[in-house]
Amino acid sequence: MRTAWRWGFVNVLVVAYALVPVLWIASLSFKTPATINDGNFIPRAWTLDNYRGIFQTDQFIRALVNSLGIAAISTAIAVLLGLLAAYAIARLSFPGKNLLVAISLMIAMFPQVSLISPLFQIERALGLFDTWWGLILPYITFSLPLAIQTLSAFFQQVPWELEKAAVMDGATQGQAFRKVIAPLAAPGVVTGAILVFIFCWNDFLFAISLTSTERSRTVPVALSFFTGESQFEDPTGSISAAAVVITVPVILFVLLFQRRIVSGLTSGAVKG
Amino acid sequence: MLAVTGWPIVYAVWLSLQRFDLKFPDEQKFVGLANYATVLTNSYWWTAFGVTMLITVVSVAIELVLGMALAYVMHRTVVGRGLVRTSVLIPYGIVTVVAAFSWRYAWTPGTGYLADLYGGAAPLTERASSLAIIILAEVWKTTPFMALLLMAGLVLVPDDLVKAASVDGANGWQRFTRVMLPVMRPAILVALLFRTLDAFRIFDNIYILTRGANETSSVSILAYNNLIKGLNVGIGSTMSVLIFLTVAAIAYVFVRVLGTSAPGETSGAAPGGERR
Repeated sequence: MRTAWRWGFVNVLVVAYALVPVLWIASLSFKTPATINDGNFIPRAWTLDNYRGIFQTDQFIRALVNSLGIAAISTAIAVLLGLLAAYAIARLSFPGKNLLVAISLMIAMFPQVSLISPLFQIERALGLFDTWWGLILPYITFSLPLAIQTLSAFFQQVPWELEKAAVMDGATQGQAFRKVIAPLAAPGVVTGAILVFIFCWNDFLFAISLTSTERSRTVPVALSFFTGESQFEDPTGSISAAAVVITVPVILFVLLFQRRIVSGLTSGAVKG
Repeated sequence: MLAVTGWPIVYAVWLSLQRFDLKFPDEQKFVGLANYATVLTNSYWWTAFGVTMLITVVSVAIELVLGMALAYVMHRTVVGRGLVRTSVLIPYGIVTVVAAFSWRYAWTPGTGYLADLYGGAAPLTERASSLAIIILAEVWKTTPFMALLLMAGLVLVPDDLVKAASVDGANGWQRFTRVMLPVMRPAILVALLFRTLDAFRIFDNIYILTRGANETSSVSILAYNNLIKGLNVGIGSTMSVLIFLTVAAIAYVFVRVLGTSAPGETSGAAPGGERR
């Protein structure tokens, strides 16, 4: 019984560790302008004005649309490419396979800032600077290793005999993949997609360096430029509210897919 | 992938050999290694380099200890296991900028619940306390990632082995250092490698917390400032190349000297980094 209590206490500590900063920014977002500087962890007076405020400004809505669009397109493409690559890695042996895996892992560890100056130049020359595609391309590159690694870990667990069995039973190779393998690999695809989406949603360095206007600025960048409705207004409340809004998807993912994310992040580390 | 990373890095090397300032576009010319001389003899670069190294070493060290504890809790706890694992993923998933703002407001005098701990002065306006807060923010955000990687190693420790050691009279600490750590060694090294390389490119937290004021710039902040704020493509590229070389050197040390199994030797060997 005593151990149970001890573990319970430790668990509470862990949960508090994870949640306190999140609750704090949420608390700030509900405070009224008069009480926002009182330093109280729990608001003394509650208000939704900060949320109303940010959704009335073009600045935030535009950034939210950019963030969602860019992250969604990048995720879709990265997962599709990752699916093909992971299938090839898991199923086929071809020259340069190990090289492909090595390169993809090197990119995962690449210092992104080293790419900022060349990409800045290249994108200005190609007219991609400050566009959606200007961000989508680097996002795909940097999230592809994540997608490949998660998906190939899943593919390794797929019982490939099933595919053979399906072909024996008269299915074509394509049918066998679509009807037998794809459903089995679906959890892997979901996991990969979530991890890639979180990566794109999170990025700040590329977003702040490769954009210059509201046209393609994403929320994390817009947050750092927030000034409030007039220059005399303290933006703390608006920033907090916007911060909470972009945290909601992350929390939803974590709540719904905790198991998947854990297995996706740890897959392969075991073999490392 | 090569098109977006390989070609640009070659291009960055090329740019770094030029005098190229967008404020004076007509004066672009090839200057050889002059930019490298400029950067490497500049005290700002070395200050930023020292700061980055300090943040990397201190935060990775704290994360290793804390992450190990967290991994152990996640591995062993039975009641509320799902809750613990779910909440631990929140720091990992949350947008770094959001977390950084949360810490910034927490330490702002008047506004923040933590500011009084610092006697009412503004901790983010002084160098030592700013660095401490940057490290705190970094540790909070990335310990869960470290813990998950370590947990993957912890799962590999056979229960029988631990029990056998216990029967042979090993106490808790001996079981940990003599039995569990050796089995976990590969997982620990992979986790350290990933986090060290990741910590070295720290940008978001510093940008939001101090903007690099009071000599708290990391090399990434410095490169960004030269390039985007200063529009000096030549110097910015030189710094990019230097950062790339440093990271390559760190990776080399890990793989060759410490014997981390090189990622890529087994397919899908190691998980991807975060990001920011």
